[in-house]
Amino acid sequence: MTATEKGVVDRGGGDTPDLVVETRDVTKHFPMRANGLFARSPGLVRAVDGVSVSVRAGQTLGVVGESGCGKSTLARLIMRLLEPTSGSVLVDGVDITHAKGAELRAMRRRMQMVFQDPYSSLNPRHSVGQIIATPLGFQDGHDKSKDKARVQELMNLVGLNPEHYNRYPHEFSGGQRQRIGIARALALGPRVVVADEPVSALDVSIQAQILNLLENLQSNLGLSYVFIAHDLSVVRHIADEVAVMYLGKVVEIGRPVDVYDNTAHPYTKALLSAVPVADPRASSKRQRIVLSGDVPSPVNPPSGCRFRTRCPKAQDLCAAEEPALVDRGHGHPVACHYPE
Amino acid sequence: MSDEPLLVVDDLRVSFSTPDGVVKAVDGVSFTLEPGRTLGIVGESGSGKSVTASTIMGLTNSATASIEGSIRLGGKEIRGASDEDVRRMRGSDMAMVFQDPMSALNPYYTVGRQIGEAYKVHHPGAKKAELRDVAISMMEKVGIPNPVGRSDEFPHQFSGGMRQRIVIAIALVNNPRLLIADEPTTALDVTVQAQILELMKSIQEEFGSAIILITHDLGVIAEVADDVAVMYAGRMVERATAIDLFETPAHPYTWGLMGAVHSLDGSGRGSLRTIPGSPPSLIAVPSGCPFHPRCQFVDRVGSRCSEERPSLHEVPGTSSRSACHLPSETVVELLRAGVSS
Repeated sequence: MTATEKGVVDRGGGDTPDLVVETRDVTKHFPMRANGLFARSPGLVRAVDGVSVSVRAGQTLGVVGESGCGKSTLARLIMRLLEPTSGSVLVDGVDITHAKGAELRAMRRRMQMVFQDPYSSLNPRHSVGQIIATPLGFQDGHDKSKDKARVQELMNLVGLNPEHYNRYPHEFSGGQRQRIGIARALALGPRVVVADEPVSALDVSIQAQILNLLENLQSNLGLSYVFIAHDLSVVRHIADEVAVMYLGKVVEIGRPVDVYDNTAHPYTKALLSAVPVADPRASSKRQRIVLSGDVPSPVNPPSGCRFRTRCPKAQDLCAAEEPALVDRGHGHPVACHYPE
Repeated sequence: MSDEPLLVVDDLRVSFSTPDGVVKAVDGVSFTLEPGRTLGIVGESGSGKSVTASTIMGLTNSATASIEGSIRLGGKEIRGASDEDVRRMRGSDMAMVFQDPMSALNPYYTVGRQIGEAYKVHHPGAKKAELRDVAISMMEKVGIPNPVGRSDEFPHQFSGGMRQRIVIAIALVNNPRLLIADEPTTALDVTVQAQILELMKSIQEEFGSAIILITHDLGVIAEVADDVAVMYAGRMVERATAIDLFETPAHPYTWGLMGAVHSLDGSGRGSLRTIPGSPPSLIAVPSGCPFHPRCQFVDRVGSRCSEERPSLHEVPGTSSRSACHLPSETVVELLRAGVSS
């Protein structure tokens, strides 16, 4: 049985554009609260500051970076859970940057989200059946009598026993709960699933099960993923394109083989060298670049290149001029004046 | 007695009575540790690794837990020692670093005062000025810039990595012989994790302490551990030097764990090897070998796996000891074949 026969995939018309998700120079600035009634706001948190990424049909965009780099804010902008400060977000060619009400709701069924923590993202007082059926109730011409069959079909699809329909979240393990979250995300047949750290709360042996499930669902249902993670090896495993973020900006983007094996940005290089490798012989030989200091505050990011304060290669130019994200002879775009 | 290793844990068993039944958190764990060595304990959640650590520290409440077996640190028995004796050992003989540095620190006191307080426990006569000097020199040792100025700051003024350095400074202020670190870098970003692991290595060189590092991350184990113990359902299923463990994993569970890790060099692209099912509940641990319901080789041995508990036995040609009924040569051979296919 193909996915279309199952009615899981909504192709949304015949001539689907190839790009399912596109952000164009999108920014999100959060104003900080002032300390007094008449005090001026102390500034803006520049969480995402001019990011242009895109996801093709059936492909996966991986977004990596450390905490505070803006990757989760980017996910929420794509989901339109946040309204961008400037720039635009397009899903299936439709500009949803400032969409409201019914228009936004109609788009929402095409994009769904899987969250990090399978404990707090499921209502403990609802049965699994209710949880997975919730999105179905938002459909036009919803037929409640068909819910149970649909939910059980979804449970089957994600590897849960459909007979556990009436059980509650606490009766499931972490990995099974994440499967429930995935089934709920698939209920309306989305085109895009935005997964924000979907495996980082799980044990390693369970992580692998969930990653394999996500890959199978992608090939069977033709889903596109935006996969947010801090774990570089997980992203390499699952992504077709990887964007590395630092302080609200993409510093390097390309196919995994480009970014990981032909690394151009000093930050990416440091990040990769910091990942512990499960091979004691290799780790003693490896050259590790240990970055000094911490990520600067996004309220007052450094001038020019934002990485320059921690960069081992920083020159005067880096403080004066912000490097553009362009191909500098590596076959993929990098935002650095002096790439590797 | 003087030839005894620094730490000897012998047949440690810890269980908790709960309304749902008895939770056998640690079930017959034995190991030794020499000064200057790092033992990595790896396992998934619920494998008993943290309970092992907190029992060594004397932090498992004997009113709610039943503890059997023996823990000797420097020849002194910890189990059954009075609270007062254990308190005297804590800090000076053994110290612990926890996962979350924010909840390990008191938000109301300056970090300098917290480091000084830990010192004062074992140096009751120390004056205020001395405590401040000790705190500043410890902060310098763990790599905090401008220690003089920053010792008067509060935990919230530090970043996650800097806070973990302070927790490490508190643990090391009395120069303990044994340092237990329970997931010390799990809450940190990779670049900060790299800094903290470097710091732990350099501290071991300087102080010569023995370290028990508890983690679920095989990569971290490979970076810092000399020896590794793999735990599953409260038991130790494999024990080896780090190099032997990663080159010839002898237990099917160890092998499964390694297959589930994605490699950074992209060699593992395609479907990940998974261990079916999930770790068992510690109330109803499977009979015999606790791993048998998830083990792919169970058919080759038959009913013995579910009836008889395997003990750790030597794997010829390696430093490993593995708890599996299949002859270890066969396991290693089967696993090798599995890797190539």
